[in-house]
Amino acid sequence: MHVAEHGSVMNVTVQRGSADTPTRTETFDVPAYDNQTVLDVVSWIQQNADPTLTYRFACRVGMCGSCAMMVNGVPRWTCRTHVSKVLDGNKINIAPLRNLPVIKDLAADMDPFFDKWVAAEGKHHPTRTREEEIAPVDPQAEERQAASAGIECINCSICYSACDTVTGNPDYLGPAALQRAWTLYNDAKDADRDAILDAVSGKGGCHNCHSMGSCTAYCPNELDPLSAIAGLKRATTRRFFGRRG
Amino acid sequence: MLDMRLYMAQRLSALVMAPFVIVHIGVMIYAIQGGLTAAEILGRTQGSLFWFLFYGIFVVAVSIHAAIGLRVILFEWAGLKGVALSVISWGIGLVLFAMGANAVWAVTA
Amino acid sequence: MKVARAHPLWLAYILHRVSGIALALFLPLHFWVLSLALTDAARLDSFLTLTEMPLVKLAEFGLVFLLAVHLFGGLRLLAMEWLPWTAPQKTWAAAAVAGSLFVSGTFFLQAI
Repeated sequence: MHVAEHGSVMNVTVQRGSADTPTRTETFDVPAYDNQTVLDVVSWIQQNADPTLTYRFACRVGMCGSCAMMVNGVPRWTCRTHVSKVLDGNKINIAPLRNLPVIKDLAADMDPFFDKWVAAEGKHHPTRTREEEIAPVDPQAEERQAASAGIECINCSICYSACDTVTGNPDYLGPAALQRAWTLYNDAKDADRDAILDAVSGKGGCHNCHSMGSCTAYCPNELDPLSAIAGLKRATTRRFFGRRG
Repeated sequence: MLDMRLYMAQRLSALVMAPFVIVHIGVMIYAIQGGLTAAEILGRTQGSLFWFLFYGIFVVAVSIHAAIGLRVILFEWAGLKGVALSVISWGIGLVLFAMGANAVWAVTA
Repeated sequence: MKVARAHPLWLAYILHRVSGIALALFLPLHFWVLSLALTDAARLDSFLTLTEMPLVKLAEFGLVFLLAVHLFGGLRLLAMEWLPWTAPQKTWAAAAVAGSLFVSGTFFLQAI
């Protein structure tokens, strides 16, 4: 592992600006330490160089998914990205998440991302009322395993920012929302599979995916939205030919 | 952009073409042995119902496949949308079909 | 801002897209030359003699390569989307298809 020399300085370029002002970049000299995450670097700038720098974080341990940014062109959780892993010479380039509007500086507007989560029918359709017994779920069932493979998503939008299909096609629901739809489709407790398949078959649906796999390549939780979307394509195709939805 | 209907048309035309492309590559390897002449090509294809159907179906499938493929690329990379996108992609499909049908007729009739 | 994309599946995607565009651009020329058989057979022959030129031969190689790349890239996509196989099963299936095509292709080249 690379260990920074004591007293050395990093050259950090940060994207500034908001929806109302044109974006520009600013460069800061930030002291390098042996143990330092990209989030530490952003916080150092905000606390020591420019208190007007806007960014978003909460848990700092990779659980909440709110600190994702573009680091040297790659979407990453800044709290779980060690500087030594991404340092390019002594430079780092930090920008807000791609494919989303910018609120200000490094804080991206997550609204479109969450709207699509809902548009992909990412909500539970109950099979029973609260008066009834809880339905038992067999953890070994094939469908349950398919669902379980995708439920650790924390909505950080890394996959959404990595996807070039989202860039070219603003209607496209994107990997996270579609993976959510796939987990519900495989949930024995979900009562409306047809509604899910309808929601992912429209103009922005799963059929727009070109299987470039950046979602799976960059997911920090090592989930596989690419295969989940392929599953939706398979399910909708099966339904197209009149087989069980 | 690609809804269920266009997706199925794209994938099914691809599925139809897969064996055609393999045969097409095979015929190419075979036909260029000793150089290409018009007489050689026409001797193989003229009056043949088999090659008429083979290239005929091939042309129909490739017109659909290329029109939908270019439609997606024109939308994603050139920002074309709405009526303009529909008109251009239909135009691509129809021009390819017309030229392809003309070529098939020329070598098999 | 530059975006890091150099991973195998992204390269497969861009290769499929670029080969598709190139083939679509080539098709009208291909159709037009063949249609000369009906209207101007002598001109078709003069076109076909061009195929003896090394540069044209190289271009032909490129076209066949693009066609093969687009074919196998497309079959890969169809298998990925429609076959509920595991990733290793798909890898073995692709290897089997490629291997048998290589063997039968070599046989074919020997036979003619």
